[in-house]
Amino acid sequence: MSNELLRVTDLRTYFAAGPDPAKAVDGVTFSLNEGETLGIVGESGSGKSVTAMSIMRLIPNPPGKIVSGEIIFSGKNLLQLSEAAMRRIRGNEISMIFQDPMTALNPSFTIGNQIAEVIELHQKMTSKEAGKVAVEMLKMVGIPEAEERAKQYPHQFSGGMRQRAMIAMALSCKPKLLIADEPTTALDVTVQAQILNLMKKLQKELNTSIIMITHDLGVVAETCDYVAVMYAGRCVEYSDTVTLFDNPLHPYTWGLLASQPNLDSKEKQKLKTIKGNPPDLRNLPLGCNFAERCPHAQHICFEKEPQLSEIENNHLTACHFSKEWLSSRGEVS
Amino acid sequence: MGPVILEIENLKKYFPVNKGIIFSKNVGMVKAVDGVSLSVFKGETFGLVGESGCGKSTTGRLILQLLKPTGGSIIFDGQDLTKLSREEMRQKRMEIQMIFQDPFASLNPRRTVREIVAEPLVIHNIGTSQERYKKVTELLEIVGLTSAHAERYPHEFSGGQRQRIGIARALALQPKLIVCDEPVSALDVSIQAQIINLLEELQQEFSLTFLFISHDLSVVKHICDRVAVMYLGRIVELAKYADLFDNPIHPYTKALLGSIPIRNPRLKKEREVLEGDVPSPLNPPSGCHFHTRCKYAQGICKTDSPVLKDYGNGHLAACHLY
Repeated sequence: MSNELLRVTDLRTYFAAGPDPAKAVDGVTFSLNEGETLGIVGESGSGKSVTAMSIMRLIPNPPGKIVSGEIIFSGKNLLQLSEAAMRRIRGNEISMIFQDPMTALNPSFTIGNQIAEVIELHQKMTSKEAGKVAVEMLKMVGIPEAEERAKQYPHQFSGGMRQRAMIAMALSCKPKLLIADEPTTALDVTVQAQILNLMKKLQKELNTSIIMITHDLGVVAETCDYVAVMYAGRCVEYSDTVTLFDNPLHPYTWGLLASQPNLDSKEKQKLKTIKGNPPDLRNLPLGCNFAERCPHAQHICFEKEPQLSEIENNHLTACHFSKEWLSSRGEVS
Repeated sequence: MGPVILEIENLKKYFPVNKGIIFSKNVGMVKAVDGVSLSVFKGETFGLVGESGCGKSTTGRLILQLLKPTGGSIIFDGQDLTKLSREEMRQKRMEIQMIFQDPFASLNPRRTVREIVAEPLVIHNIGTSQERYKKVTELLEIVGLTSAHAERYPHEFSGGQRQRIGIARALALQPKLIVCDEPVSALDVSIQAQIINLLEELQQEFSLTFLFISHDLSVVKHICDRVAVMYLGRIVELAKYADLFDNPIHPYTKALLGSIPIRNPRLKKEREVLEGDVPSPLNPPSGCHFHTRCKYAQGICKTDSPVLKDYGNGHLAACHLY
């Protein structure tokens, strides 16, 4: 087994919003090894992006605040580092790519400049040397005529090219961890396929760990080794990808898998839906956050919050009935 | 299959591109829709798919005459919509309605849900205010909301609920055809499934015809009976959904289907990926628009643009290879 790079334990990030805080992330625990990819899936408002921002310590305070938890990255607890120390890690050891490359890039600087800025900041290089490295990086991510392209501005790039430039920038200091927040959601499918292939190729070359935040289960199946499913600020299921697709043990995961139309299915069936809407994060229910929408909910689900616990080897779920689902494997869905 | 309800012949929409502010001159044309022909049968769901900029939404807007076409005809129920006067078209829109992609932008934030849903009835002078009141309540129940929701404003609703309001508004005039422009792409998966099921139920109940515009192929496969694939303003392939997904003919369709991430973690194969981006519609490649990215391209592909040919069972494709 490879070494553990990141361990997040019981992370809680709240936002002040009126009398009660919005519990955007409310007890998330997971770990990630070197060179591996962890997928975080969930719907909007489930806390995927806030988890990523918490790891980067980019939560705007106020209104946001990391209330408790530990984020151990390469042996250091990121939550206890000074702002200056954190700044040395951001973009250097942990970097991030975003959903919309147009808003993430500065429109008034050239692409080459923006990449060189990161390199200059973190590695002792002159701007000339950094500029050369920036061109190298653009070549690495498959941008043709990289020297010319480096002198251009973001608006002269297409969506897929901008995302490539973002990846070049994120990987320019050879980070140990890359957080990709919905990196392909804004792209067309053919371009999405290019970007996913590129990320996989570069991961192999640089042995980077990736946290892939997405709502697309297809992307998860193609790219991730492990998956954490989030719902209303909590991690409800964590396992390796194959197990999650073969043998999910949380009713929310079942719902998620069943409600996306599957391209492989031969016959047209009515889609299974999850009734209702996710709960209000300012006013979470007493028991399980999913109980109200869960077709299998019992009394206990409304009264007691289920804890994330290991059901079988490296497969964790937060459901009062996980053991029963495990023994009746395949019979409920 | 029912009779043809909508027949589009050689539909074109060119947008002029001007340069300069004072001495502005025309420097070219964006051929957003460039000779699209298709027919939609009554009661079916016809899918229009393609990547951004391929002209699928423009086609939808042309059908409602929200944009004036540059050329071609749109025969709806035996009448050419392009030849109608403004007033005649306004009447005709009672029969053709639209559902939009962004449920946040398509509802007026200063109107209550009741006013929004009743507006089509007011515009077309249908019923007394009491009748309209009743009708709105009825419509809201049809789409899974209650009359208690009627006095609220759009911002009080979630994305899925807003899309339901948009659907209620589209149903108010009992249209025959609804153009759905990416109706579920702004929604989360669990909500998306609810809206897809709702659309299918409504189609059954009111014998509606849908023109379903989407970039999400798995949704299109689920909901559509026939599908047309567009690339840079032209239809490259058109077939029944099963034929299109199981036996695609056009290399672009194949590439498009091959690009979709497969929901099976055991299949960790390297996929064949299209190179490059979609070329600019301002200056599209000569001949077959797809030849710049097609690995089977030959000499003829660069010079002649292929026409749609029938490969049996209503399976049309535009490619020189076959």
